[in-house]
Amino acid sequence: MHYSALSLVKQALTGNRGWTRAWRNPDPKKQYDVIIIGGGGHGLATAYYLAKLHGITNVAVLEKGYIGGGNTGRNTTIIRSNYMLNANSQLYEHSMKLWEGLSQDLNYNVMFSQRGILNLIHTDAQRDAFSRRGNAMLLNGVDAVMHDAEGVKKLMPHLDFTQNTRFPIQGGLAQPRGGTARHDAVAWGYARGADQLGVDIIQKCEVTGIKRDGDKVLGVETSRGFIGAGQVGVAVAGNSSKVFDMVGMKLPIESHVLQAFVTEGIKPLVNTVCTFGAGHFYISQSDKGGLVFGGDLDGYNTYAQRGNLPTFNHVVAGGLTMMPCLSRLRILRQWGGVMDMSMDGSPIIGKTSIDNLYMNGGWCYGGFKATPGSGWVFADTIANDKPHNLNKDFTLERFRDGYPLDENGAGASPKAH
Amino acid sequence: MLRIECPWCGVRNEDEFAYGGDATVERPAQDASNEEWSRFVHTRNNPSGEHTEHWQHVNGCRAWITVVRNTVTHKISSTAPASPILPFADNMINQGT
Repeated sequence: MHYSALSLVKQALTGNRGWTRAWRNPDPKKQYDVIIIGGGGHGLATAYYLAKLHGITNVAVLEKGYIGGGNTGRNTTIIRSNYMLNANSQLYEHSMKLWEGLSQDLNYNVMFSQRGILNLIHTDAQRDAFSRRGNAMLLNGVDAVMHDAEGVKKLMPHLDFTQNTRFPIQGGLAQPRGGTARHDAVAWGYARGADQLGVDIIQKCEVTGIKRDGDKVLGVETSRGFIGAGQVGVAVAGNSSKVFDMVGMKLPIESHVLQAFVTEGIKPLVNTVCTFGAGHFYISQSDKGGLVFGGDLDGYNTYAQRGNLPTFNHVVAGGLTMMPCLSRLRILRQWGGVMDMSMDGSPIIGKTSIDNLYMNGGWCYGGFKATPGSGWVFADTIANDKPHNLNKDFTLERFRDGYPLDENGAGASPKAH
Repeated sequence: MLRIECPWCGVRNEDEFAYGGDATVERPAQDASNEEWSRFVHTRNNPSGEHTEHWQHVNGCRAWITVVRNTVTHKISSTAPASPILPFADNMINQGT
């Protein structure tokens, strides 16, 4: 069913009884051309672009829970492409361009809102670093604007602009095309789009093993039996180590938990995405009015989708330093998502040492904004059996070969971002 | 809040400690291959379940300790000094207990 103003009127006049399910609930077939493990945004986007752009429609997306029930529904919905390194900048900017047309492309409102993102500057050194990043962005065709403190004040008047604070605000680097989207709608929109093109989305189907004949994958063992596949793509960020353990591959990844929080709904207060530069804190306001914010990882290996109190306190302290007016708000919900923290802070997208097994993971805590671009390049990689130009640098081998994509210049660390 | 038992100071809150990562990673020999060095620097077992890891009691006695903790339940099953051979270990135990 095509969604439009006309369909809304028609349904309104007929008691809204004609709406159909947005996607089917099929039983798995015996064999598929391509199986995507993981029904999050990235897996669903991959299936959608495989069917739409490459004509590969005999595809299944296998999800152990329900679609979008993992990190797609556990993030702070921020979208940006304000990276410095060429490979990152170009991948995320490709993703940004897809976001800009996504609701129309999917015929599904993902509520993409380009309200901008603003990174605050508190020191001279930070201004130098952000100027460098801003210039790198401009050279890659990404929008970037430097603001002084007055400029920041116009965008975010409720920040602490006093000069006797520990880290006075000196300015900010903005990307006006950044923003937020409705995270659930992204999973649902891609699921509906892929389903309409013939992709089977199979929920409550956990992959328990990968069957191999030498260097070739034959299919996957699942909680609903064996399913054969010509090619298998793994898009399970957070659990990549567990899935690749099934084929004996060790990854440059640790799994960590990242918490996020939302306050009670209030009138419009935060009209852009804003990040604190002197600590780690980022905030935006949802369309329902709740302030959505987050900060650092809890900092130790975990697969539990929950965080602990010290990090909660740390994040809130950062928030109150940046924006003291938050202190009276009540926090309604807090949740944790499990992240694939790669050793350079950048994702891994491409082929593996096994011929027809492909990897898409290591997203650290930047996966949501990459959803369209990630699916687009991963579909291209699977369809052509070679990485696209946009993801050719995101290999597993880059760590061994000395070409990490180390945006922070921090060396090998699972806490980069 | 994790409650971690420091072998020297007793049970303390997690925010007295700094995380040091996987304790099972072994430093290769100086002349080892690039593959082995890369494995040491980058590759982690990252298990779902029991994980042997280092923590430093940074806001306490500053000693490094080895902790076995479940990465799904967060239950800590054992803690021990990171190195079995500490030059001052005998001394401390004799004076402390």
